[in-house]
Amino acid sequence: MPVKSPTSQILGTSACYLLVNLNLSLIVQRPLPDLAMFSRAARVPRALASRTRAPIALAARPRFVTTDAASSSLSAKVPKDDNETFSVNLSDESFETYELDPPPYTIDVTKAELKQMYYDMVAVRQMEMAADRLYKEKKIRGFCHLSTGQEAVAVGIEHAITKEDDIITAYRCHGFALMRGGTVRSIIGELLGRREGIAYGKGGSMHMFSKGFYGGNGIVGAQVPVGAGLAFAHKYNDTKKASIILYGDGASNQGQVFEAFNMAKLWNLPALFGCENNKYGMGTSAARSSALTDYYKRGQYIPGLKVNGMDILAVKAAVKYGTEWTAADKGPMVLEYVTYRYGGHSMSDPGTTYRTREEIQRMRSTNDPIAGLKQRILDWEVASEDELKKIDKEARSHVQEEVAIAEAMAVPEPKPSILYEDIYVRGSEPKFIRGRHADENYYFNQ
Amino acid sequence: MSRILRPAARLTRAAAPRAPIAPSTSTLAQVSRAALARNAYYGASQTRAYADGSGVKEYTVRDALNEALAEELEANPKVFILGEEVAQYNGAYKVTKGLLDRFGEKRVIDTPITESGFTGLAVGAALSGLHPVCEFMTFNFAMQAIDQIVNSAAKTLYMSGGIQPCNITFRGPNGFAAGVAAQHSQDYSAWYGSIPGLKVVSPWSAEDAKGLLKAAIRDPNPVCVLENELMYGQSFPMSEAAQKDDFVIPFGKAKIERAGKDLTIVSLSRCVGQALVAAEGLKKKYGVEAEVINLRSVKPLDVETIIQSIKKTHRLMVVESGYPMFGVSAEILALSMEYAFDYLDAPAQRVTGAEVPTPYAQGLEEMSFPTEQLIEDHAAKLLRV
Repeated sequence: MPVKSPTSQILGTSACYLLVNLNLSLIVQRPLPDLAMFSRAARVPRALASRTRAPIALAARPRFVTTDAASSSLSAKVPKDDNETFSVNLSDESFETYELDPPPYTIDVTKAELKQMYYDMVAVRQMEMAADRLYKEKKIRGFCHLSTGQEAVAVGIEHAITKEDDIITAYRCHGFALMRGGTVRSIIGELLGRREGIAYGKGGSMHMFSKGFYGGNGIVGAQVPVGAGLAFAHKYNDTKKASIILYGDGASNQGQVFEAFNMAKLWNLPALFGCENNKYGMGTSAARSSALTDYYKRGQYIPGLKVNGMDILAVKAAVKYGTEWTAADKGPMVLEYVTYRYGGHSMSDPGTTYRTREEIQRMRSTNDPIAGLKQRILDWEVASEDELKKIDKEARSHVQEEVAIAEAMAVPEPKPSILYEDIYVRGSEPKFIRGRHADENYYFNQ
Repeated sequence: MSRILRPAARLTRAAAPRAPIAPSTSTLAQVSRAALARNAYYGASQTRAYADGSGVKEYTVRDALNEALAEELEANPKVFILGEEVAQYNGAYKVTKGLLDRFGEKRVIDTPITESGFTGLAVGAALSGLHPVCEFMTFNFAMQAIDQIVNSAAKTLYMSGGIQPCNITFRGPNGFAAGVAAQHSQDYSAWYGSIPGLKVVSPWSAEDAKGLLKAAIRDPNPVCVLENELMYGQSFPMSEAAQKDDFVIPFGKAKIERAGKDLTIVSLSRCVGQALVAAEGLKKKYGVEAEVINLRSVKPLDVETIIQSIKKTHRLMVVESGYPMFGVSAEILALSMEYAFDYLDAPAQRVTGAEVPTPYAQGLEEMSFPTEQLIEDHAAKLLRV
């Protein structure tokens, strides 16, 4: 700090900052008369420091929640029947909480469900790998953000909620679209810009919608208040259902995220905000973008829950706890899914300039969500190695078949009736829409 | 400066003079004089329509908007209104007065000062199937939320391939008020009017206000209703039909507020009233009949009515209070080139707000926006009378 006058010491740092921003010479010449003017600024922020957990000191510390993908353990013998429930213990490093009692560290599962979870995660990964290949073959245009490494979040959430709950996320949305009922062919078809794509070739990689799934949104952070609106509608209609709102660690610094927090708490909305912390917002690491990297504490007055986002069982347990919380009318919660993206931010990013290859390799080899669940399934003798191989093969061949179907789909015919459909709700269109010049005007009643 | 770059107005002057326009002898003229005697702000054709209607009542624009909101809240439980100070305060401009008492805090919701947030929230509620009316205290503040209006509301239906509609109404005062300086005086008609997926309306009279707002709430698309603070207190006659709860004004249809044969003046919002006064002045001083078209709807735009009128009058002037460049009037002038070039006897003209951040001092503010005299004088120049 360039100025170290008695004034700045009395006022404390925040007021000092203001002074430095003013004309320097002015302060040096007459430091005292300004005191009264700034006294209010100096008094205000001090009272906040006495919270139980001092947040500032924690900003740079390592993450305490484990990212071990195979951290759960068994408490009793696994039943024979595929659909009989049994309890699984989660690692005591699965959660960290903020102003919140932690969720139960045991979760009921069935063998069938574990196998389904495994299948779903493999399918999501296979689909993303197919997208990767198609992109490199130049068959996918524009942006393409893959979620490889983050599968446990999309799949774990879906296994914790009902079809009447809502999900909204940003542009890394393929896995969510699949879990919400999209088919591999419709999603890949969309990436390929096909007429039978999930958005009829109009949305592309970032914009996919289905029942209970509200996108697929391309403006970082803008989906968060929209998601609060979905929660508002649940409250308005008294459905007792929840809105799952996802955003990245990068988006968490957008102002409107905090605006959404405020209204959600104020109006006690059933909103489960969830920061998918994959450690990098594009190429900017969490620590370089966020003054407080404990994203689950970012709700300040909203209880927070940090979850091992590499362990699908921990994700399921956390979200289930969240939906019970909102159903009991306890208002919003801010979750943080600690995860990792193996690939770059998008297809154009090799993902190696802002992080080391070793880091990626370590996460892939030791914390992979699919390998983690596989390990548990084998350890608990839920399924044999052969059975899992069969599931792998099943998922792979399903994706392959669907990709082939998608590639065979027709592109939307480049004609006005298709170009101009769905700008407005059918039947409520204006008489005509203007094309590139006056002769191209398209009349809807043709 | 080359001839081609000179303003079109100067080209007009340079051109050979034509025969002066014959003074009008239409019967309309007499009626409109009677109309002016009652109220300078509404036009001849309107008065004629009500001349024998017994059930006509005077409504302020504010009352008309309030009635529209109340009727739609009554008619559909999915409709709710949210915004800053809409409930307990009764609305910053009292448009939502009494709605909280009548419909309760579930349907009439005070938001924090958080435009981006509450607009996004309203959009989310709309995606979920509710029909929010999102009030901005003024549209100047909606700039904080314009991403939500444009990217989240207007584009989602198309991006989703038609599976995700967004039935939402954004409303609030737009354009300049009196003495509120630059940040509170902007007209957004051109901004929202340029966005595919949005519909944009801008009422002038009480009937406009009621019919357009009700239509906006019922329309399944996102609609911006750009009101004008200076009009809220203005009174207009409201026909018996318009007082009913099923009254809506279809979008994309302009209204000829005053018929004429010598000049087409296209205008919207508050400038419609000014154009009508100017038209009366033109008649009185020069004996010319200007046709005044109230756009009502900015998007979709009623190109047909404008072009029909130009084909009749052969002269076009557009009056609006937005910034001059890339504005509503620029668009209409361009359309006149495309569709009516051969019918124009003089270069089309526009009277707009000046290209200046609105100043506070009254004399300077007056210089920044169209006045009745300015419209009249410029029309006279265009007509070369």
